[in-house]
Amino acid sequence: MFGIDDPFIWLAYLASILSALGCLVYGAYHWRGGDEEQTVKSSVKKKVTQDQ
Amino acid sequence: MAVSISILILFLIVYLGATFYVAYLGYRKNSQTEGYMLAGRGVHPAVMALSYGAAFISTSAIIGFGGMAASLGMGLLWLVFMNIFFGIFIAFVVFGPRTRRMGLNLGAITYPEFIGKRFQSKFIQAFSGLLIGVFMPLYASSVIIGAGRFLETTLGLNYNIALIIFTIIIASYVIKGGLLSVMYVDAMQAVLMLFGMGFLLIYTYSMLGGVTGAHQALTDMANLVPPALAAQGHQGWTSMPSFGSPIWWTMVSTIIMGVGIGVLAQPQLAVRFMTVKDDRSLKRAVAVGGPFLLMMVGVAYAIGALSNVYFYKTMGIISLQAVPDGNTDLIMPAFLNHAMPEMFVMLFMLCLLSAAMSTAAAQFHTMGTAIGYDVYQQTIMKGKSKATVHVTKIGIAFTILAAVILAYILPGSIIARATAMFMGLCTSAFLPLFIGALFWKRTTKAGATASLVIGSLSSLFWLVFVHAKEAVPLKICMAIFGKETLLAGTWPLVDPILIATPLSLIALVAVSLMTPQLSPEFLKKVFRFRFEDEDEENSEKVSSNATDSAGV
Repeated sequence: MFGIDDPFIWLAYLASILSALGCLVYGAYHWRGGDEEQTVKSSVKKKVTQDQ
Repeated sequence: MAVSISILILFLIVYLGATFYVAYLGYRKNSQTEGYMLAGRGVHPAVMALSYGAAFISTSAIIGFGGMAASLGMGLLWLVFMNIFFGIFIAFVVFGPRTRRMGLNLGAITYPEFIGKRFQSKFIQAFSGLLIGVFMPLYASSVIIGAGRFLETTLGLNYNIALIIFTIIIASYVIKGGLLSVMYVDAMQAVLMLFGMGFLLIYTYSMLGGVTGAHQALTDMANLVPPALAAQGHQGWTSMPSFGSPIWWTMVSTIIMGVGIGVLAQPQLAVRFMTVKDDRSLKRAVAVGGPFLLMMVGVAYAIGALSNVYFYKTMGIISLQAVPDGNTDLIMPAFLNHAMPEMFVMLFMLCLLSAAMSTAAAQFHTMGTAIGYDVYQQTIMKGKSKATVHVTKIGIAFTILAAVILAYILPGSIIARATAMFMGLCTSAFLPLFIGALFWKRTTKAGATASLVIGSLSSLFWLVFVHAKEAVPLKICMAIFGKETLLAGTWPLVDPILIATPLSLIALVAVSLMTPQLSPEFLKKVFRFRFEDEDEENSEKVSSNATDSAGV
């Protein structure tokens, strides 16, 4: 694969790229979902305060 | 390097102007101790990730390890994966949030203070502060030497003057501006590094016939491996070294395990988790950090290995034959000079200078705060001195001076090993303890102390008496026992991290299980979850409470 015969090398090549892409997707997901998460946390906090 | 000096000087002036302007922006926002030490705990995730990455990647990661990939091959790509997976994903998603929250709960502003307060131990704070303050200048000296040599070869400056100029430039904004200035400058430099490495990647692959074509050409060169390397296990640049061979051990134990996992316990990196305002910022930072590391180390190692194809196609030789005495540190500069357009070589020089400056700045700030704040102000003065920032500035100046002196007096062979030595030492001394602090409530003060002491001492022992790469040039083993290393066979090839870290971990678990747990009230306070918007108001209260309970 990719002109590399040894699977341990092309696996490393692929793993490096996929892990970086995975980081990108993970971070982007939390970037977009940020406001939603914040709203949920704020409402939970509000409830906790009311309970007290 | 054969580039137009006048244009390069113009580039440098613009670059330094931008550096100081960005540092000034950071300085303007700093007003208090937390600002100076932790950048005010409100840094943008992208700035944090770029700063983390730029501090992580030094010139040696690009030039030194790129050259090593030219010599040993693409097996080094496993290190790229390790760097991204452990150094970014695990660090930011698993370690980061707990470090940030616990740091706030404890009111800690430095790494030694964090682990010290976590285990209510002034000894842990002082010992780790000393460990950082004493050994990090060695690591920093290797970075400033690299930068000095780089300025010497590019600008034709006298080496001694180059080293001093480089140090003064960084010291000025680190001392004056604190961590926020450092992080802003890091981020700017990281962007420049991204451009440099991006161009290098695209240009090299297109020049060598595309991704598959370039790799295939390298695969076809396996028969050109020098006999001396083949005898040590080298099987070609697109193959792993043969299992258990000396090159395999070097690659797997030192490089992949040592530098790959070691990053989790680096104080200058871990402290950055405490600079962002919430957990979400850390998760967001992953999006920037992962691709940034791929573009740095991934590109450097792939291109380093592929330089063999370039030299073979153009000169009929492999990379090791293209440089004097087969010095791997010279392969990447030689490749850049031969293969790249002149304007790019100049841009790349600024990229390398950025890598060196950002790493050195992070080191200067961390070792200075360790000595000035953790050792002097908190331990010797028992927290009585109020001038925290002032004392820390003196600490930074003092440790920078130590790094410069070391750079002049220590032999090159020791300095060259300093990065791996420091990373190994940090891993063995801090990693088990740090994991215990964050994830295992049963960890006790005695267990943490034992882990710290055993991890650091056993790592130092292995470095000085067994691991050939340090033991032989240090000559201490020879002076005491009359032989280069205490053990023979494969042992001198095994990195200290593989011996000292398990010992440190065993000490942590065994001693913790034998000693009484920290009080449940304290643990509840340390591990409690915080809502982001409560941070500021609670920080002050927690800080004073934690100070009362520390030093027990």
